[in-house]
Amino acid sequence: MSTPTSSSLGKDAWDRLLANKMAMASLILLLLISILCMLGPVLSSHSFDQQNLDEVFQAPSFAHPFGTDNLGRDLFARTTYGGRISLLVGLLATLVSLLIGVTYGMVSGYAGGRLDAWMMRFVDVLYSLPFIIFVILLMVLFGRNFLLLFLAIGAVEWLTMARITRAQTLSLKRAEFIEAARALGYSHSRILFRHLLPNLIGPIIIYATLTVPAVMLLEAALSFLGLGVQAPMSSWGSLIQEGAEKMDAAPWLLLFPGSFFCLTLFALNFIGDGLRDALDPKHSKN
Amino acid sequence: MGDLSIENLHVGFPSREGIVRAVDGINLSINSGEIVGLVGESGSGKSVTCNSILQLLPSPPARFGAGKIDWSGKNLLSQTEPSLQKIRGKEISMIFQDPMSSLNPYMTVLDQVAEPLVIHKICDWAEAKIRAKEILQKVGVTHVLKHPHSYPHEYSGGMRQRAMIAMALITKPNLLLADEPTTALDVTVQAKVLKILKELCLDLQVSVLFVSHDLGLVAELADRVVVMYRGKVVEENETQSIFRNPQHPYVKALIACRPTLESPKDYLPTVEDFMGETVEIQPSSSVHTLPKKNLDRSLPLLEAKKLVVQFHTDEGPLLAVDHVDLSIEYGKTLGLVGESGSGKTTLGRSILHLIKPTEGEIRFQGKIIGTDSFAKRNSLRKSMQIIFQDPYASLNPRLTIEQTLVEPMIVHQIGKSKNERLEKAIALLHEVGLGEEHLYRYPHEFSGGQRQRICVARALTTEPEFIVCDECVSAMDVSVQAQVLNLLKSLQRSRGLTYLFISHDLSVVKFMSDHIAVMQNGRVIENGPAEQIYNQPKESYTRKLIDAIPRANRSLNLTF
Repeated sequence: MSTPTSSSLGKDAWDRLLANKMAMASLILLLLISILCMLGPVLSSHSFDQQNLDEVFQAPSFAHPFGTDNLGRDLFARTTYGGRISLLVGLLATLVSLLIGVTYGMVSGYAGGRLDAWMMRFVDVLYSLPFIIFVILLMVLFGRNFLLLFLAIGAVEWLTMARITRAQTLSLKRAEFIEAARALGYSHSRILFRHLLPNLIGPIIIYATLTVPAVMLLEAALSFLGLGVQAPMSSWGSLIQEGAEKMDAAPWLLLFPGSFFCLTLFALNFIGDGLRDALDPKHSKN
Repeated sequence: MGDLSIENLHVGFPSREGIVRAVDGINLSINSGEIVGLVGESGSGKSVTCNSILQLLPSPPARFGAGKIDWSGKNLLSQTEPSLQKIRGKEISMIFQDPMSSLNPYMTVLDQVAEPLVIHKICDWAEAKIRAKEILQKVGVTHVLKHPHSYPHEYSGGMRQRAMIAMALITKPNLLLADEPTTALDVTVQAKVLKILKELCLDLQVSVLFVSHDLGLVAELADRVVVMYRGKVVEENETQSIFRNPQHPYVKALIACRPTLESPKDYLPTVEDFMGETVEIQPSSSVHTLPKKNLDRSLPLLEAKKLVVQFHTDEGPLLAVDHVDLSIEYGKTLGLVGESGSGKTTLGRSILHLIKPTEGEIRFQGKIIGTDSFAKRNSLRKSMQIIFQDPYASLNPRLTIEQTLVEPMIVHQIGKSKNERLEKAIALLHEVGLGEEHLYRYPHEFSGGQRQRICVARALTTEPEFIVCDECVSAMDVSVQAQVLNLLKSLQRSRGLTYLFISHDLSVVKFMSDHIAVMQNGRVIENGPAEQIYNQPKESYTRKLIDAIPRANRSLNLTF
């Protein structure tokens, strides 16, 4: 008979995550990519915006490990510098959309009735606003601002998250263990955050891992419109866009930023799967 | 033709601890025209056996060892998928447990019943629909004759299960596999469905493999009974002989542990008593000392007067509870029986204010409840608790048992320190027959009976005086049911608890209750001491509920 030890879902989940090889490898990979993005522009002997018209479209070499672009800028410096912005936008905007969307959806679904109907109609209204017009509106009101990027993207992405969370909440709030919690006299906020939320985690994590790439690409689209990241600054999204245009002449322009983008998404998906399993006590090893 | 013989069947499922042998070398044969009952508790391998016959088990994970299932000269274990499809539904049909989910909600009932004929190219759609109407009439689903375009949701559970029977038998198969076909139904409906099943099978000369956890039920219709325990056949005999002279201790236990209307009132024999195992720690009453409370015991603990609960439906207002008067004395049990839809669950929840009553008043310890604020109602929640039907759904799967038990104490500020609460949680676990080693496990690691014990422990954390038991043993095997009923009885003795015990099964209610109230269509139609309700029922509806209880000894003189 094993001696009982105190445990909680958080600690158990961490133990289970540590035991998940794919998730841990992905976590390390993501960490490496982040470190590279932080240090890359510093370590590189070239600056991300330094043009050198004698060295345009150079294939990868010792001097330029990722090659150079049409203005002779070093792609290694540009890719790692762009990574800072992409990772920041991707993770922060997803976090913002998670925070707003999950809370909003949970409250709406749990409250039900008229409040739910009004809250969801509000979401519908926001859905129907064309995104570009919404962004231009923000630009007019607040001027060009990097923070605006998070705001704009977060404001769009939480809508779907709220919808998904609400649907899950609706089906879960009829479960007997929620009714049992009510019968024991628990407060609404306790039921929401301690009993409902942990049971919603599966679909939320899956949608969150889908949100990260969507957000990174949205950022590229916004940059193309002149909001957010401006040349000569770079991001993975904008580098991929440029690279795709010059794919036949200089394939490395697409290959390197594309690979970074891809690897990051792989890693995020494995971490997401790992987290979902780790937070589910049924996947316990013993 | 039409003989099934299973020889040395092994089915295993891989798990972390190695292969779990769900079915461990069983032999079983069904002769043509014979009705064979396959009995065992959940996990005994009876459903796995049944599903193996038509190869309906997902494989992987299921692994089949040596052995074979012989059907008219063919080994079903080695058939290809296309040749199995020709056998399924044509030579061998199947009925499943849950009539609510085994019909396609997007297809009319008539089309679904007719479909097997078309799929197996026996006739065209027009002809198939005519035959479907005939067989639906035979099983008593007459609604379909007037409304040929009706969908499953327009039918009750019993009617849906009749439609399932019609669908399974329309192709005149040689063998029908029925996997717990009436477990999800009320006792009265169950009796009707079984009668129809038996008549139709005799009429069409279909052999039947009837799988159930309830030996008494199987005795009502089987010629021969096979009892499975932990993947093995422990006993096999003619139905009459197995009841007159059971050999294996497990079979003796199964016969004894179902409460009959004549059982003694304090203790039901359990499987452990017969198997000589002490798997469960016996509940100890010494652990808990009753808090001395100054209660006026001259008044009833709970009184409901002219209680009304009205729901708004598309067809207009529906009176789920219709001017009900109830009163329950301290330390007594009021049993509430009725079929599903009679309003008994709604009544139970409205007493706890989980559903707000539309009219009427509820007095608890003489004080009117429900009109005051949320906070006061929550302090009332301390004194009134509920145990639900499904122990799988009523525990939060993401909380350990310790968290589940400690949380109510935190909310209601019981116990001063973390250690004090933990000690109390351990004491409660002992009281319900579990141990300290179960504290840091999650609900999925427990069996259904153990989970219900945890639910009982959770209900006791706030030291309530009154507990509503809402069909709390209805989802359980008879053997587990006996354990939980014994636990509730012993807790009532040691803690002086008062119960409102809700069930559709009059034999269980009779075992538990001092008084019984019979509900029909939202009204209490009969109310009195348990013995009186059973021995001199005034209403014909009560008589019907009593008659519907399967009783092995009675069925030996075959009532059908």
